[in-house]
Amino acid sequence: MAGETRKSRQPMPKQEPYERVRNFDEVALGYTEEQALAEAGRCLDCKKPLCRDGCPVGIDIPGFIRCIAGGDFGSGIKVIKETNALPAVCGRVCPQEEQCEIKCVLGKKGEPVAIGRLERFLADYEAAEGKAESPALAVSNGRKIAIVGSGPAGITVANDMALLGYDVTIFEALHAAGGVLTYGIPEFRLPKAIVQREVEYVQSLGVKLLLDFIVGKTRTIESIQEEFDGIFVGAGAGLPWFMGIPGENLNGVYSANEYLTRCNLMKGFRFPAHDTPMKQPSRVLVFGGGNVAMDAARTALRLGAAESHIVYRRSREELPARAEEAENAEEEGVIFDYLTLPVRLIGNEQGWLTEVECLKMELGEPDASGRRKPVEIKDSSFLMKADAVIVAIGNSPNPLIPMTTPGLKVGKKGNIEVDEETGKTSRDGIWAGGDVVTGAATVISAMGAGRKAAKAMNETFFPK
Amino acid sequence: MYKVVERRMIVPNLHELVVEAPAVARSVQPGNFVIVRADENGERVPLSVADWDREAGTVTVIFMQVGASTAKLARLKAGGSIPTFAGPLGQETEIGAFGTVLCIGGCYGIGSVYPVARALKEKGNTVFALLEARSNFLLYWQDRFKEVADRVIEITRDGTKGYKGHLTRLSEILTLEGIKPDRIVVNGCTFQMMKVSEATRPMGIKTMVNMNPIMIDGTGMCGVCRLTVAGATKFACVDGPDFDGHEVDWKEFLNRRRTYNPEEVHPLRKSGCASHF
Repeated sequence: MAGETRKSRQPMPKQEPYERVRNFDEVALGYTEEQALAEAGRCLDCKKPLCRDGCPVGIDIPGFIRCIAGGDFGSGIKVIKETNALPAVCGRVCPQEEQCEIKCVLGKKGEPVAIGRLERFLADYEAAEGKAESPALAVSNGRKIAIVGSGPAGITVANDMALLGYDVTIFEALHAAGGVLTYGIPEFRLPKAIVQREVEYVQSLGVKLLLDFIVGKTRTIESIQEEFDGIFVGAGAGLPWFMGIPGENLNGVYSANEYLTRCNLMKGFRFPAHDTPMKQPSRVLVFGGGNVAMDAARTALRLGAAESHIVYRRSREELPARAEEAENAEEEGVIFDYLTLPVRLIGNEQGWLTEVECLKMELGEPDASGRRKPVEIKDSSFLMKADAVIVAIGNSPNPLIPMTTPGLKVGKKGNIEVDEETGKTSRDGIWAGGDVVTGAATVISAMGAGRKAAKAMNETFFPK
Repeated sequence: MYKVVERRMIVPNLHELVVEAPAVARSVQPGNFVIVRADENGERVPLSVADWDREAGTVTVIFMQVGASTAKLARLKAGGSIPTFAGPLGQETEIGAFGTVLCIGGCYGIGSVYPVARALKEKGNTVFALLEARSNFLLYWQDRFKEVADRVIEITRDGTKGYKGHLTRLSEILTLEGIKPDRIVVNGCTFQMMKVSEATRPMGIKTMVNMNPIMIDGTGMCGVCRLTVAGATKFACVDGPDFDGHEVDWKEFLNRRRTYNPEEVHPLRKSGCASHF
């Protein structure tokens, strides 16, 4: 029996699929105390914890699991918060299966410890207790730091710099903080109340937050530099990519950024109580196979679509989405059209989308990414009816800062160029990280970049 | 929160809104727009900037009441406040030494083309203003234009002021007025900008239009404001909103503008208020 427990992890309690496709409430309900204790008990507390190496922000994973196993949840959350300001977020949206959990020794013979779920358990426990304890702040060092963007990268830098005694101000372009956590990731995967709570936590460390402030437009980087000792740019995602096929400007064609922003930031799912409208298409096709594509397809079902499809040119094997997200989508009834490539969008006289012409693909030789390359099957063209298409194939970095900051070195795709180890840009006093540097990537990698930049900034001001 | 300094209806259905937004006032330029939300559940509405006072820290917009969100803005009172007034956004209108420039304004665009005319005049251009409306009582700000333009010309659909008819008469009006513009700048409704662009194409006069698509963030993230210009997809919020009117795919743009027409008025129908429908 003990052997069995060691092998398999505690399952995540979830809302039943038939129920959850009709609401925007969180799908995963979180571990109970008993489950958390049982799961923490599986940890071998390795002498050389490999899991910790896998974490981009270096959380003391065995440390907090030890606290859970001992029933001391309060200390557990403190351990996490030494290195991570966003445990409730990371516990939910990090791809642990390719970071910490993949390194877990238990994974060799069975399932690895559910590190992400335990992290989430502690964060939720703290929120339920309602008395978050902050780590000790260093004495003010008199230096001022400006942060552009309140997404995962910006919040991490704000947290780290505040703890080190800096006077930190975050400039956020939108009317709500959180960046992609707020406008991009849906409520059913990451409730906005949780994002709000994490933002408030960082504010409780003395960080100032200015909303509706578009750095580059409201004020340029250069003008901000006159008042601040250092700037971190975490401006995030920019213009969405489209396929570059005919008909993409038809009515009924959305970028995933638009579709998700309407729903998550603007609360379009509550129209007309909230003013931003959303259409109610009945057949939705989502182009792409990543997490954002899954979010869009699942959102469409919740908004009442009769059919929601993922149209992906490779096969299930190559789906870039987390396995868990693809499974959730499958359970909810999202239809997966693999090996299918859209080539043309067709509209009616009034400019509304009606059909999509697609080609059937087969997998050929591996390409540069190591995945087998999809190749068109000759004469395989066919039509799919659709009254909405959501293009979820990625985006370029936000263009506003590069456009308005002379001398800031930018790569071919519009990404700000930085030194990988320090996040330092080509201009003195300016650091950058997150999607504005890498293009669309994960929450935790943005946080990792923020952590590195914060460390480098501090070492610049106070060399060892 | 941003303080409402003034909100008044200047002509039927068009409102002037003056908001205290010092950071925006400091950096705004002709052709920019702002994103405005009327309340916490409000849409992010892009509105062209019509004037500003850098010292007082105020920014003025003229907007037309069309749907639920603008109806909320139209109910604002001086001393009240709004949660969002973010900007300035978009590229500024190109202000060069062009020679003779004709600034055409219609609807809310009479307001937003005013700072363009002013800046062009300051740059040393000869500036003519052509203001268009359905009827004389819908024209406004003529006095302001008289201060910055060499001549102010009016045209009304019903002929109650100035020339009678549509801007399709543009070529004829230019001849009658003896004006040979080196450049034309148009601010107004989509239909008007399209008609002017069609009229000036055979004349070969560079015609800049200030596009007004649906937007959400307005900062280059969501992509809803895309349009086709010279065969390529552009994003009005960061690449524009000014484009060469002869290069815009107007049919596609008009279709995209209409995407949410039914939803725009839906909340009004549901308001339960007898005066609405």
